[in-house]
Amino acid sequence: MADVTEDAIDDVIDDAVPPAEVPDVELPHAHSWITKYVFCQDAKVIAVQYSMTAMAIGLVALVLSWLMRLQLGFPDSLSVINAEQYYQYITMHGMIMVIYLLTALFLGGFGNYLIPLMVGARDMVFPWVNMLSYWVYLLAVLILVASFFVPGGATGAGWTLYPPQAILSGTPGSGWGIILMLVSLIVFIIGFTMGGLNYVVTVLQARARGMTLMRMPLTIWGIFTASVLALLAFPALFVGAVMMLFDHLLGTSFFMPAIVNMGQQLSHDGGSPILFQHLFWFFGHPEVYIVALPAFGIVSDLIATHARRNIFGYRMMVWAIVIIGGLSFIVWAHHMYVSGMDPAFGFFFAVTTLIIAVPTALKVYNWVLTLWRGDIHFTVPMLFALGFIVTFVNGGMTGLFLGNAVVDVPLSDTMFVVAHFHMVMGVAPILVIFGAIYHWYPKITGRMLNNALGKFHFWVTFVGSYAIFLPLHYLGLMGVPRRYFEIGDMSVVPPSAATLNEVVSIIAFVVGFAQMVFLFNLVWSLRKGEPAGSNPWRATTLEWQTPQTPPGHGNWGKELPVVHRWAYDYSVPGAAEDYLPQNLPPSRVRAAAE
Amino acid sequence: MNLFRQLTEKPWEAAHGPDGVLARPRRFDVPAATVALRVFLCVVTVLFSLMLVAYAERMLYEDWRPTPRQWLLWFNTSFLVFSSIALQWASVSLRRGRVSDARDGLVLAGIFSVAFLLGQLWAWRQLSAMILFDITNPAIAFFFMITALHGLHLLGGLVAWGRTTVEVWREPLPERAALHVRLCATYWHFLLGLWLVLFTLLFSGNDNLTWLLVICGLR
Repeated sequence: MADVTEDAIDDVIDDAVPPAEVPDVELPHAHSWITKYVFCQDAKVIAVQYSMTAMAIGLVALVLSWLMRLQLGFPDSLSVINAEQYYQYITMHGMIMVIYLLTALFLGGFGNYLIPLMVGARDMVFPWVNMLSYWVYLLAVLILVASFFVPGGATGAGWTLYPPQAILSGTPGSGWGIILMLVSLIVFIIGFTMGGLNYVVTVLQARARGMTLMRMPLTIWGIFTASVLALLAFPALFVGAVMMLFDHLLGTSFFMPAIVNMGQQLSHDGGSPILFQHLFWFFGHPEVYIVALPAFGIVSDLIATHARRNIFGYRMMVWAIVIIGGLSFIVWAHHMYVSGMDPAFGFFFAVTTLIIAVPTALKVYNWVLTLWRGDIHFTVPMLFALGFIVTFVNGGMTGLFLGNAVVDVPLSDTMFVVAHFHMVMGVAPILVIFGAIYHWYPKITGRMLNNALGKFHFWVTFVGSYAIFLPLHYLGLMGVPRRYFEIGDMSVVPPSAATLNEVVSIIAFVVGFAQMVFLFNLVWSLRKGEPAGSNPWRATTLEWQTPQTPPGHGNWGKELPVVHRWAYDYSVPGAAEDYLPQNLPPSRVRAAAE
Repeated sequence: MNLFRQLTEKPWEAAHGPDGVLARPRRFDVPAATVALRVFLCVVTVLFSLMLVAYAERMLYEDWRPTPRQWLLWFNTSFLVFSSIALQWASVSLRRGRVSDARDGLVLAGIFSVAFLLGQLWAWRQLSAMILFDITNPAIAFFFMITALHGLHLLGGLVAWGRTTVEVWREPLPERAALHVRLCATYWHFLLGLWLVLFTLLFSGNDNLTWLLVICGLR
């Protein structure tokens, strides 16, 4: 009897929770179809809106890439686009993919869905501002799309929008096209700032009881740090866009030097084009990590869950995310080695660039060590996570080439650069996005995605991406330049390059087709998918412990969850199950074990 | 809350096995709106810092021509100082339960802020009418852009000020209204500080521009 009493006391001590520090919030409930599905303040609905818009505009960018590949693969036989359109398509493809798809999907999509659920909050702290953030984002997308239809078409300045050529006549879309692009970027940044403030403050202020910072899943660490990065980096693009708009519309000379255009002396005088490059890349390089850090976080969670192992070196992983985020602000000029910078500057930026490989490599080692002797389940999310690790390492290795100023100079503006950034910033994060969708779709819809279609999607996408981009590295090493409408008879380029380009183009269409299969799977599984239950992956994190699947408005029913452990208690010795949810009280763990 | 202590703790050691112990949860001991405002002010600081650095970098060129001096800016600065003081007065009054004084403070702050914005518009007009005016002069272009963005931030602040004033005018919930007025005051103090930096370094006289270069590490 005495033992029982002691056990009971132990249970009370173990399960004791401190008083709530965050009072429960009053949610703005929807009263009509419009406020429930259109102007909705629920972060989950906003997440779906963000994701669908991002995927829709991403599809446009995918089609643009097909058109470019048609031109590059079959320049003589299929003249579907002219040079002007080609430049417009590469510009829009790049900008859409980087900003309007990847940034929006990772932060607006996954950020909105996962932050409140994974930290145990009812919603974002400012739901109305959150809703506004989506509608401003949609406005930015619409402005961007409108630029296809204005006189002169969309801008063809290249996704980096370098002045002076971006606003000079002769560049496609130098009239309304570039204006709408700049306005769209400004609007996007305003919208993102609203969302970003929400993500950061929700993580800091609305965590459930017991959810200390070092108990947060790495997904949240990745999204949180990326949001901070974006809040601090986007102002550089904002300033650059405003200044270029002034140059174009008001005739100022921030970036425009004294210049003769088409035989005519322009009124601009004394501007500095290099200044724009600094501003652009001060944003542009952190942007790589704005996309990569959420991917790092999500992959960590996918690997831990599907290998049934606690993440190796959790604290190291958190610090690596934070350090990578910090370092990403002092490497930007490695994008500008050929702009004529002081060699001492080049040396500094080459060193910082190589240093950033240290925390990144550390993360890769930790993922591999997490997998080591794990109970690996080759589910579709796991396949995508593994694909990401391999691809990110490959992309990172070519980054070592380009990060060195001396090696970068001959490779600059070749297909090698295109191949590098597509591997590291295109394929790798997209693989994570797919993995994350396969992982969380059951929670969002209550149904599983079709497994066979998922595996088909993975293998075609993964193998296909390598079949596309490995040859592009080779073409780049041969000296094939990027941004060329057609190569023609270049002495440095052997005829076999044309054959290789044909093959790459055909594979690109096949990989594109696989994405249609994925979209079909998304729609088909909504109704026909296998019912998922509340926690099909037997995961520990809070989003899988909601009383309803899909989670209802407010996420948690009457009581907010209380967190008793970190997010990675998989295969704990002595426990009855091979996973311990974060909100499972210790007394129940002990009772189950006995 | 000690952020560093949170980042160095090892919760998994305490909760290692099935017999886990709940770690003490901590959060920032300030309202969410205050944290949001602080984060936003960081973003605005980065925005204007980048413009300052860009300004400094452009100054290094040989053809640099500074903006002409404008005495009007001194008056405008004083308006912004008064509006900031008035908001602080409103905030302190509300905390002490003097709702009537708080209302006066808010109204005065609004009037001075609008006066500041009108003064800035007048300064634009004055500059455009000068014989030295040349839009391709980067110093002048910077002046227009920086003052426009600063003014837009103040306009945004006036939206929050309007909502807060209405709230205080109706039946204010003491804590909520006090928080909102305090946030408005913080924002105004920040915009005042920002303006003083911009005005001192960029627009008050050529001698101070050297300071900017030193601060930016360019000289």
